[in-house]
This record gives sequence, C-alpha cells and structure tokens, in this order.
Amino acid sequence: MNKPARGSLLGIEHLEEKEILGLLRLARGMNPLKARPLLRNQRIALLFYEASTRTRSSFEVAAKSMGAITVLVLSSGSSIEKGESLLDTGYTLRAVGADLIVIRHPSAGAPLMMAQHLDIPVINAGDGMHEHPSQALLDAFTILKHKKSFQGLRVAIIGDLYHSRVARSACHLLSKVGVKVTLCGPPELVPEFATTLAPGLSITRHIEEALRGADVIMLLRVQQERLAGKKIHLQDYMARYQMTTGRLKLAKRDAIVMHPGPIIRGLELTSEVVDGPQSVIVDEVRNGVPTRMAILARALGKAN
Amino acid sequence: MEGLTRIEAMTNPKSKPGSMLIKGGHVIDPSARIDALMDVLLRDGVVAEVALPNKIRGADDNFDAHGLIVAPGFIDLHVHLREPGQSYKETIRSGTAAAAAGGFTSVCTMPNTAPVVDNAEWVTWLRNPERGAVVNLFPIAAATLNSRGAALTDFAALQRAGAVAVTDDGKPILEDEIMRAALRLGAQLNLPVVQHAEDTRLTENASMHEGPTSFRLGLRGISTAAEANIVERDVTLAQQIRESRLHVAHLSTSDALKAVRRGKRAKARVTCEVTPHHFTLLDEDVGEYNTNFKMNPPLRSATDREAILVALADGTVDAIATDHAPHATHEKEIEFERAAFGITGLETAVALAITKLHREHKIPLARIVELFTAGPARVFDLRGRGSLARGDHADVTIFDPQKRWRFEAGKSRSLSHNTPFDGWQLTGKVVATIVGGKMLHRAD
Repeated sequence: MNKPARGSLLGIEHLEEKEILGLLRLARGMNPLKARPLLRNQRIALLFYEASTRTRSSFEVAAKSMGAITVLVLSSGSSIEKGESLLDTGYTLRAVGADLIVIRHPSAGAPLMMAQHLDIPVINAGDGMHEHPSQALLDAFTILKHKKSFQGLRVAIIGDLYHSRVARSACHLLSKVGVKVTLCGPPELVPEFATTLAPGLSITRHIEEALRGADVIMLLRVQQERLAGKKIHLQDYMARYQMTTGRLKLAKRDAIVMHPGPIIRGLELTSEVVDGPQSVIVDEVRNGVPTRMAILARALGKAN
Repeated sequence: MEGLTRIEAMTNPKSKPGSMLIKGGHVIDPSARIDALMDVLLRDGVVAEVALPNKIRGADDNFDAHGLIVAPGFIDLHVHLREPGQSYKETIRSGTAAAAAGGFTSVCTMPNTAPVVDNAEWVTWLRNPERGAVVNLFPIAAATLNSRGAALTDFAALQRAGAVAVTDDGKPILEDEIMRAALRLGAQLNLPVVQHAEDTRLTENASMHEGPTSFRLGLRGISTAAEANIVERDVTLAQQIRESRLHVAHLSTSDALKAVRRGKRAKARVTCEVTPHHFTLLDEDVGEYNTNFKMNPPLRSATDREAILVALADGTVDAIATDHAPHATHEKEIEFERAAFGITGLETAVALAITKLHREHKIPLARIVELFTAGPARVFDLRGRGSLARGDHADVTIFDPQKRWRFEAGKSRSLSHNTPFDGWQLTGKVVATIVGGKMLHRAD
C-alpha cells in the first residue's frame, strides 16, 4: 500500500477549501472548444464498472479536447468478466502505459484501494454510495456561474441522500466553502446521522421549511434499484417531497434548481420544473466538461 | 528470546506426560475461589494437588512461575478452523497451534465449513487425532441440515459423536418455528443452541455497523436492531421452553444485552459471549475501508462498547470468545463490500483482555480469568475443564500480566494474517500453555 499519487481525486471529504477553489478557478479558464493540447501523448484509461452517460462522455471529451489518448474499459467485454480482480485490472492498465485512471465502481472505496496500489493518479468517477467528487465540483462551478459567490448562500438538498454519492460529495464541498445546507426527506432516505457528515448541515422533514429562503435547490432521484429492504411509498413521497412550480415559489425568486441526473420526470420533480426558467439541469451537464478538464490537467501536472 | 516457542510433538504417542510442579506462581482459579500464591502439581494428565507454597515435592519437572499468574487452561467457545474444505485459510493443526500460542488449551470449532458439519461422521472426523490438533478440540455441529435453517440435524447423534452444542453460525436461525424446535430438542438432550443473532432480512449487502461512519463511507449499515430483535425473540423462546439452553454468540449491542439480562433475571438458561474486538474497537476504526476491521457482527458504537464493558464486569457476560476467523489475502485485499467478514483472534485475545479490561477499565484479573475458564466451561458443560480441582484435566495457562510486547501478524501461527491488531503494543503475555500435563507453548 502507498499513498495515492499526487493529483488523485478520490473524494471531496479530504480536500482543503483552497484546493476546491483552485480547481474551480482552473475550470473557469477551460474552454472545450478552444483547448490547449495540455495532455498531448498522455494516456488516460476510463475504467467503468457501472453504466454512465454524462460522466463517461464528459471525461472522454475533456481528455480528448486537451489532446490525450483515451482507452475505455468496461466491465463487460473485458477480463473483468472472467473474474479479474480490481487491483489486477489496475496493474494491467498501468502496464499498458496508462498515465491516469478514471474509475467508476459500484463498491465504495474501490478508487482509493486502486490508488493505494498504483503510482499514477486515480480519479473517482463515482464509487458506490460514497462520493462523486467531479459532480460536486461541476455543481459548485454551476452555482458560482449563477450566484457569483458562495458567501451567505442557502442550499436545500432534497430527496434520497442515503443512496447518493452525489449528495455526500456535495455536502462535503458546500460545507467546506461555508454554505448552509438543509437536508430534506423522509428518515429512510435522510437518516438523522446524515448531519454528522460535515459541519453546517441540518435536517428538516418538511419541504416547505427546506425551501424557504433557499438560493439553490438540489434534487435527488429516489434510487429505487438500491432500496434493498427500505420501504418507500412513492405516492407518499411525491405528495410530500415532489418539486412543483407551486412549491418552488417558496424559495428565493432567483433560486436555481439543480439535479445531477438522471431525472425521473413526474417523480422527484415535475416536467414544468425541469423545463422551467429556474432549472439549470442541462447547464450542469455542460459544465461537466470544463470541470473535468481542470481535474485531469491538475492530476497530470499540466495545470499552469 | 522474545516470542520463542517450542511445540512438542503431541502426536508422538511415546511422550507420556510425567509429573510437573508449577512453583511460586499466583494461582487464580475462580471456580474454587482461589486467588493466592500456590503451587500446582500435575501428574498423569490431571491436576494432582494445589497447595500452599513449598508443601509439594518430588516432581519430574519443575516450572518456576514466580511473578506469573497460573490459571486453569483457557477455553475459546468460538473458533473457525476451516477444516474440512478450506485449508488454505487455516487447518486444525495451524489453528490449534495459534490457540496454544495464545494461551488456549481448548477450542470449540464452528461448523460452517465446506461441507457443513451437520452429521456425526464429520464430528468424528474433526476429533480424529490425525487432524493434528495440539489443544483440546470440541466440535460444535450444525443445528439445521447444511445450515439452511429449514430441517433440524440429528442432535442426539451429533452429541453422541462428541458435539458440545449446535449452531448455524455465520447465519441465524430465522424461522420462529425452527428455533423453537431446536431449543426444544436441545432441552431434551441438555444441549445448548448457539445463535448467530442477525436478522438477515435487514442486512442485505450491509458491511459495517449502521451509523455516522457507515454513512460517511457510503456503506450499507447493519443496524443494532438486526441483532437485538433476534436475541429478544430467542430469549423469549428460551423462557417459554423449559430446560432449553440458549447461547448468544459474539454479542455486540447494548440492546441485545438488555434481552440477555431479562432472560437471566427470569432464570432462563441464557448465556452469552463477547469478543475481544468488540470490547476494544469501534465502528469508526474502520477508517478508510480497512478490511481487517470488517467482521460480523460489526464493530459497534461507543454506547454499545460501553454497555459491553459494564456487562463484562458485572457478570452478565459468561465468556470471552475470539470468533477467530482466518481468511486468505485475496479474500481481504479487495473492495470493502466484497471482502470476507472476520478476523483472526487466538493470539491477541488474552493480551487485549489484560490491556483493555484489566489495565484500562480496572476489571479484576480474577474476573478476566473467569471469563476464559469457569465461565466458558459452564456454557458448554466442559467437564473437568476450566478449573484446577483435583482430578481435573491438567490444562493450565500461565501468563505474565505485566509483560509488554508487540504483536506482529507476520509471526502468527495461523495460516492467515487478517488481524486489525498488527503492530499493537500490548500488556500481558502468555508464558506457558499446558495441555493434559504437557508443555505445548513456552515463551520467555
């Protein structure tokens, strides 16, 4: 076991505020359409053990726009299917010449384990229910685009936090930059001990309370495929927590509505909210590219 | 030399035990309420005499025990020695060598092997001297066929073959009707039913204690209710079924202890054991997905550990048991959620008890010795074990309660090294382990 290589991004929890702000500044300077070939001849392996649309494509576009060579390895159609272990897959990619590995994995902690056994940077593109740091960074990037500064902001995170790696990373990030965060949902999806994750978090079971005075509303999908024993009645959930245009009026007039996707129209939010003027959901996806360019450039030491 | 060990050939039938006089030691035998400087004479494989210093003479061998505690041989009610079928993790030979090094003269083996020990033939196979056990081995057999929780095994035949209890350890007996039937049959035969208390309907894909740490790491949690609900149900059944005997394995939660106390107050025959890792570590010690801190039941909260410490001191807990669960590197050096549950424990249990329970929490040594001797002997009726009465088996554990040492997993006698205690500085060291009058382990 070794310390993860410099430039690795395994989670937000262990980042310092100035590293976060540095990455956001770097992302602001990135233009995917007019990118400098900072990563020419660098080999980036995209190792995906789980399905992904947004994250995978935006990491790939980010890498290629800076001149990197990318190799996509999926769990199906590779030796992983034959039972190769995670670490052996990592050693193999390293031996092929990878300079960096972007990994998405269903097991929490898998990217850390890989980073502790390799001498190249590892970027966590989502591990189980643990963290999704690049998503939190692109969300912060999106907030800054619309709100100019984190100072004094109030953010409401509503929905299935328990199963959400996006929510965990977002809580860490927003807490570190001094934002007040209200978590909202039923106890099955927002357990009492969720507030122990980071300083500055509070819980309410009432969406009206969460929305009042909010500058940013982050919605999360109910991850029905992961419920495993927890019982959620979707009708009840929608009655209490669905984001509607009516409820949106409780937030500040210039509040923005965010969602990491995939969205389920008619469940955690209505189509009117998705397509409404306060929604920045598509913008989040767009911001994924410059944010991930910044992450990759920093990881490979080409950030200046 | 630190850690020097000599394991004499137990398997050599010519080396008959002669007599041995253990002189000058401080004898602690809770079953006889002895806690004083005494000499102990072992002869022909049994305890011949325990007397005030310098009253006994004329033994073939003398053991100078000045400054040491001399206790009845320690008993571990819960070990996984992995035979039959998983000898890449551990064998009876290697596992009992680890037991001897750790001060245990008797171990009770769990039946969740491959195949499961669910018939008399496998019980006999385990007890065959050809397996190479260097300490006393008492098999615990499966309570249901293939431990599937559906049909009871033949308790009477298993008992005749030498099983001291039945369990589906590793899994619970979930169905009320099956558990009731097991306790009933156990009651007829005076055979304890050991329960791994976990409502597995609540713990699907869970890998550690449910709380702030599991939430932070994004791991599914094993709630305290998953254990306590089953223990509450079982204690209620034990109260209803006359003469039934329930033993709660590796109890880890405050709520389960409440249920055990309720049963004991009602005079039901309910006993329980606690592991060294549960009285030593907390869920937060999992750190950043360290799989050597992954076991089932999981490390719990500070509140649970506090309750366990109280129960160890006040007599609610009957025994300390290791749940020694060896696993190969390839089963542990993988993703946390996929890694095997379990840690080794035979070589660290006694030192952890002395370091944590005695020195840190001021539990008297006599109580700790009881938790390793008279307590466990009572739980499974191991006659002639756990005490130094005249005629008892000449099983003796001798330890230095002051000695500081460093545990190194790499030097373990176990075939596996999956322990969270590698490199730990501990106080209290086993100096000699004597089984049937023979010195099996000797450290300076």
